[in-house]
Amino acid sequence: MLVEDIMKTEVTTLPPTASIADALILLQENRLRHLPIVDQENHVIGIVSDRDVRDASPSIFLKDASSSELENEIHTIMSTPVITIHPMDFVEEVAAIFYDKEIACLPVVSSNQLVGIVTEKDMLYTLIQLTGTHVQSSLIEVKVPHRPGILPEVAAIFGKRKTNIVSVLIYPYKNDSNYKILVFRIQTLNPTPVIQDLREAGYQLLWPNNIVEPRR
Amino acid sequence: MKCRAGFVFSNDYLTYHFHDEHPFNQKRILLTKELLESNDTLNINDLISPRMATDEELALFHDHDYIEAVKRAGRGKLSEEQGYEYGLGTEDTPIFPNMHEASSYLVGGTLKAVDEVLSGKRDHVLNLGGGLHHGFQRKAAGFCIYNDSAVAIKYIRKKYNLRVLYIDTDAHHGDGVQWAFYDDPHVCTFSIHETGRYLFPGTGNVNERGIKEGHGYAFNLPIDAFTQDESFLNVYETALKEIADFFKPEIIITQNGADAHSFDPLSHLCGTMNIYERIPQLAHEMAHQYCDGRWIATGGGGYDMWRVVPRAWGQIWNIMKTNTPAKGALPNEWLVKWQTESPVNLPNFWHDTAEAYVNIPRKAEITEKNDQLLQNLLKYTKTIK
Repeated sequence: MLVEDIMKTEVTTLPPTASIADALILLQENRLRHLPIVDQENHVIGIVSDRDVRDASPSIFLKDASSSELENEIHTIMSTPVITIHPMDFVEEVAAIFYDKEIACLPVVSSNQLVGIVTEKDMLYTLIQLTGTHVQSSLIEVKVPHRPGILPEVAAIFGKRKTNIVSVLIYPYKNDSNYKILVFRIQTLNPTPVIQDLREAGYQLLWPNNIVEPRR
Repeated sequence: MKCRAGFVFSNDYLTYHFHDEHPFNQKRILLTKELLESNDTLNINDLISPRMATDEELALFHDHDYIEAVKRAGRGKLSEEQGYEYGLGTEDTPIFPNMHEASSYLVGGTLKAVDEVLSGKRDHVLNLGGGLHHGFQRKAAGFCIYNDSAVAIKYIRKKYNLRVLYIDTDAHHGDGVQWAFYDDPHVCTFSIHETGRYLFPGTGNVNERGIKEGHGYAFNLPIDAFTQDESFLNVYETALKEIADFFKPEIIITQNGADAHSFDPLSHLCGTMNIYERIPQLAHEMAHQYCDGRWIATGGGGYDMWRVVPRAWGQIWNIMKTNTPAKGALPNEWLVKWQTESPVNLPNFWHDTAEAYVNIPRKAEITEKNDQLLQNLLKYTKTIK
C-alpha cells in the first residue's frame, strides 16, 4: 500500500511569519496536533506541534504573565529540518519512520511541493484495515513449519470449502524460527467444516484449541 | 404472578431453510413447541399466528434494493455476482426458494408480538422464529436475511415512540441491531457474547459505546472463551440491573440465542441450563419492574438443536407463562417421539447432568478477566449518570 492511498490531501498550514497565537487558534479550532510551515512556493520549511506551541505560551501559573510571547513569529519555534515522505513510499516504511524517529506526523512532498499529510492515527487506521478486525469474521490460527509453499497449502483448504478469507497475517512463533503462525480471518459464522479439514490434513491449530477433558 | 403470555408459531417458519447440512435449522421451534405442549405449559389459547411483514415495514430498516434482491434470489433470478454485493449466496446465507417470503414471516412474527403487547392484549410474547441479529441494512450475514429485531424496534419507535431496551444473550455479538441504533439515545442495546477476538462477527468490544446522541446507549460484555455459569451469570446480572436502572426502558426486547451452552458446536462458552433458566427470569423481572410487563422475546442462534435449544427456549415460555422454570424429568411423550430422529441421546431432565459440566483449567483467570470487563462497563454507566 502506498502513502498516496492513505494520506490526507487537505492540509492546514501556516506561513513562517504567522504568530504563535495564530497557530494556537488554528490548532484548537481544527483539533489538530501538527502544522507544517510553508513558504510562498509551498515548500515545507518547518513544522510545529501543539506541544511546541504550548511550550512557547505563557504559563497559566504566572499571575502577571503578558501574552507578548504569543506575538512572536512561528518560525522562531518551528522544528527544522522536516522529515518528509513521498506519495509513492510504502506505508510499512512510514510506520518504521514513526517508530524510529519518535514522531507522529509526516508531510508528504512531491516535486518540492506539499501535497498531503500522514499522521500516526492514519497509520493505525490503516493497520486495523490490514488486520481485518473491522470485517465480520471468525479467526483461525495455524502453527506451521517455516518452509516454502506452506501458505498456499493451507489456503487451499479454505478455497476448497469456498470460504472467503478476509485477511491473512503471518507471525513468528515465539522465538522458534522453524515455525510460523498463520492467522486467517474468514467470512463465516460456521468455521467448523474448515477446522475439521485442517485437523484432518494434520495441521496444528492454536485456535480453536481443545479442552483437555472431558470432551471436545 | 399470573401473566398473559403469547407464543407466535406457524409451520411456515420451517420454510426458512437454507439446506439440510446448514447448522441453522428452524425445526428447533417445532421441537420446542411440542416439548411445551407435552409438558402441558403450552395450549391452543396461547398460540398466535404470525403475519408476513409488508415491504414498507421491512423498509423501516432495510434498503429497498436489498429487499428486491432477496425477492429475486428466492425466484432464482439473482446472479452470483449480484448476490455477492448483498451477502446472498454465500456459505452462511445461501439462496433458497422463496427466501423473501420465509424471511418476511419471521419479521412479521416479531411485529405481531409487538402489536399483541402494545395493544395491551398480552404482557409477554415469544417469537422463536425471530432474533436474526446479524442482518444488515443492505446485507445478509451470519444465517440472517432480514433483521426482525431492528425492524421491530424501528416500528415501535415510529408507531409507539417508546424507549426500547434490546438485550442480546446469543454467544455471538448482536452487531446488526447495535449498528442499526448506534446513534439513537432512545434505543439501548446490551449484548453479552463470547469475545470477538476469535469468534464471528469479531465486534462487540466493551469500548463500543454508541456515537453522537446515542453515545452511552450501547453496552457490550465480550466475555472470555470457556466462561462457565457462575462468571456468566455474575457479570450478566450485575450489568443488566445497572443498565436497566440507568436507561429505564418502556419496553424490553430480548434475543435469546441458545449457543452459549457447553454442547454448542459454534461457540466456546461453557454455560449450562442454569443460565437458560436465569436469563428469562431476569428479563421477566426487569419487564415488570420498569415496563409494566411489556416484554417480547425472540429466538436466535443455538446449534445443538436436540439437547440444548428445546429446553433453553422452553424455559423462556415457562417463565413467561408461569413465572417459574420447569423442573424434573422431560415429558416421556416428547422423548419417545423425537429420540428416533435425533442423532444424539436426548436429555432426560430439564436441568443438565454431569456431561454438560466441563473442567476448565483456566477458570480462575477467566473469572478475573470477566470481572474486570464488568468493572470497565460499569465505569461507563456511572459516568453517564
